[in-house]
Amino acid sequence: MQFDSWQAFVAMGGHGLYVWLAYGVAVLSLVAGAMVQIRRRKSVLRNIRQHYNNESEV
Amino acid sequence: MPLHLLFFCVWRREWRLTWRNISSSLNSVWFFIMVCTLFVIGIGPDRQALAEIAPGVIWVIALLATMLAVDGLFRHDFTDGSLAQWLLSSQPWYFLLLFRLLTQAVFIALPLALVAPFLGLLMDLPGMAVLPLVASLLLGIPVLVLLGAIGAALTVGFERGGLLLAVLILPLYIPVLIFAIAAVQAAALGTAYSAHLALLATLLLLALALCPLAVNAALRLNFYY
Amino acid sequence: MWAWFHKLGSPRWFYRISDLCLPWLTVAGLLFLVVGVVWGLLFAPPDYKQGNSFRIFYLHVPTAVIALVGYYVMAIAGAVSLIWKMKLADIVMKEAAVIGALLTFLALFTGAVWGKPTWGTWWVWDARVTSMLILLFLYIGVIALNNAFTHPEQSGKACAVLSLVGTVNIPIIYKSVDWWYSLHQPATIKFTERSTIHPDMFWPFVVITVGFYVLYAVALMFNTQTAILEREYRTQWVRDKVQQ
Repeated sequence: MQFDSWQAFVAMGGHGLYVWLAYGVAVLSLVAGAMVQIRRRKSVLRNIRQHYNNESEV
Repeated sequence: MPLHLLFFCVWRREWRLTWRNISSSLNSVWFFIMVCTLFVIGIGPDRQALAEIAPGVIWVIALLATMLAVDGLFRHDFTDGSLAQWLLSSQPWYFLLLFRLLTQAVFIALPLALVAPFLGLLMDLPGMAVLPLVASLLLGIPVLVLLGAIGAALTVGFERGGLLLAVLILPLYIPVLIFAIAAVQAAALGTAYSAHLALLATLLLLALALCPLAVNAALRLNFYY
Repeated sequence: MWAWFHKLGSPRWFYRISDLCLPWLTVAGLLFLVVGVVWGLLFAPPDYKQGNSFRIFYLHVPTAVIALVGYYVMAIAGAVSLIWKMKLADIVMKEAAVIGALLTFLALFTGAVWGKPTWGTWWVWDARVTSMLILLFLYIGVIALNNAFTHPEQSGKACAVLSLVGTVNIPIIYKSVDWWYSLHQPATIKFTERSTIHPDMFWPFVVITVGFYVLYAVALMFNTQTAILEREYRTQWVRDKVQQ
C-alpha cells in the first residue's frame, strides 16, 4: 500500500485532479458506451419482435 | 487499342470538357486567390508575419482548392451514365482510370501552380522560394487529385459530397502537405530542398500506381444498387 | 481445411459461439481490469520524477495500443469482406470503427490530462500526439462514410475500401509526422524524460492491458451480435432465437 490515509489517496501527492480526471472520464465513457450498446440491443430486439407480431397478424 | 492512342483519346476528351466549361474550371483559381486575400485580411498586413506563414498558408489553400475541384470529378459522368460505359468498355479499366486521373491532375495542378507565384508576391514570400513553391505544387497537387479521386469515387452517389469528402480524405493529405511545405520553407531559408521534392515525387509515383485500383473498387460499388 | 473459415463467416455460427463465451470473457476482462486498476492506483510505487500522475500511464498506454491495433482489426475485416464477400467481416469492420474511435479519444484525453502535470501543458503537438489525432480522424472518416449510405452492403464495401486506403497511408502519415516534428523541435518547452519503467510499476500495466484486450473483444462481439440481429431478422434462426 502506497498511501497512509484516505486523504492521501485522494490527493495523489498533489496530482489528484489529473489522476481522478483521467480515470473518471475513462470509466464514465466506457460505462456510457456499454449502456448505449445494451440499450441498442434492447431496442433492436423490441423492433424485431414487433415486426414478427405484425407479420403474424397479417 | 494501343495504350498511347488510348491516352490520347482520354486526354482529348477531358481537354474538351474542361475547355468548354472553362468558367467553372477556373473557379478553383479564384477560390485560391480569394481565400489567400481573406487570410491576409485576417492576419493583418505586417509583411514580416506574412512572409513567415506564406508557405503554409498558400499550400493549405491550394490543398483546399484541389479538394473542392476533385469533388465533382466523376459525378457528372456518373449521373449521365457514361461512367458505366467507361467501366464496361473493352479497354483495360486500370489504364482508362490512370489516364483520366493523370489528365485531370494536370488540368487542376497547372492553373494553381501558375497563379501561386503571384500569391507568393502578395504575401512577401522570399524570391528564392518561388520556384520550389511551383515545383512542389506541380508534384504535390497530382497526389492530392489521385487521393481525392478515391473519396470522390466513394461519394459519387451523393448529390452533395463536399463535406463528407473532406472528412474522408483530409487526413490522407497530411504527408503531402508536410513534405511540400518543408521544401518551400527550406528554400526560403536558403537551404537545400531537392530531397523534399524527391519525397513528393515518390509519393506521386506510389499514388499513380495504387490509386486507380482503389478508385476502380470505389466506383464499382456505386453501381450495384 | 477451409471449413472453419467458412463457418466463421456464418453469422449464425458466430452468434452461437460468442453467446457461449461472452459471459466468461466479460467476467474475466472486468476482473483483470479491476485488479490492475486497484494495483496500479494503490500498490504500485509512484514515479520518482512524475510522482503519482504517473498512474495515468495505466490508462493511456493500453487505450493507445488497442486504438492502433483496432484500426488493423477494422482494415483486416474490411479486406476479408471485400475479398471473400463475408457478411460477418463486414459487420465486424463497422463495429470495430466505433469502438476504435472511442479508445482513440480516451488515449488522447488521458494523454492530455497526463501532459498537464508532466509537460506543463494540456496539448503538445509532438509526433505521437499528432499521429493519434490523425488516427481519430481516420476512424471518423470510416464512421461518417458508413452513416452516409443507406444500403448496408454498399456502405460495407465503401468502408472497406477507405480503411484499406488508410492502412496503406498510416505508415506514410506516421513517418511524415515524425519527420515534421523533428524539423520543428520547439525550444521553449522543456520535456522531462519519461523514465524507464520499474518491474513493480510494470506488472499492473500488463494486467490492465490484458483486461482492455479482453473487454475490447467482448465489446466487439456484443456489438457484432446486435448488428447481426439487425441485419438477419428475416432468417429462421433469428426468429427462433428471439421468440424462444
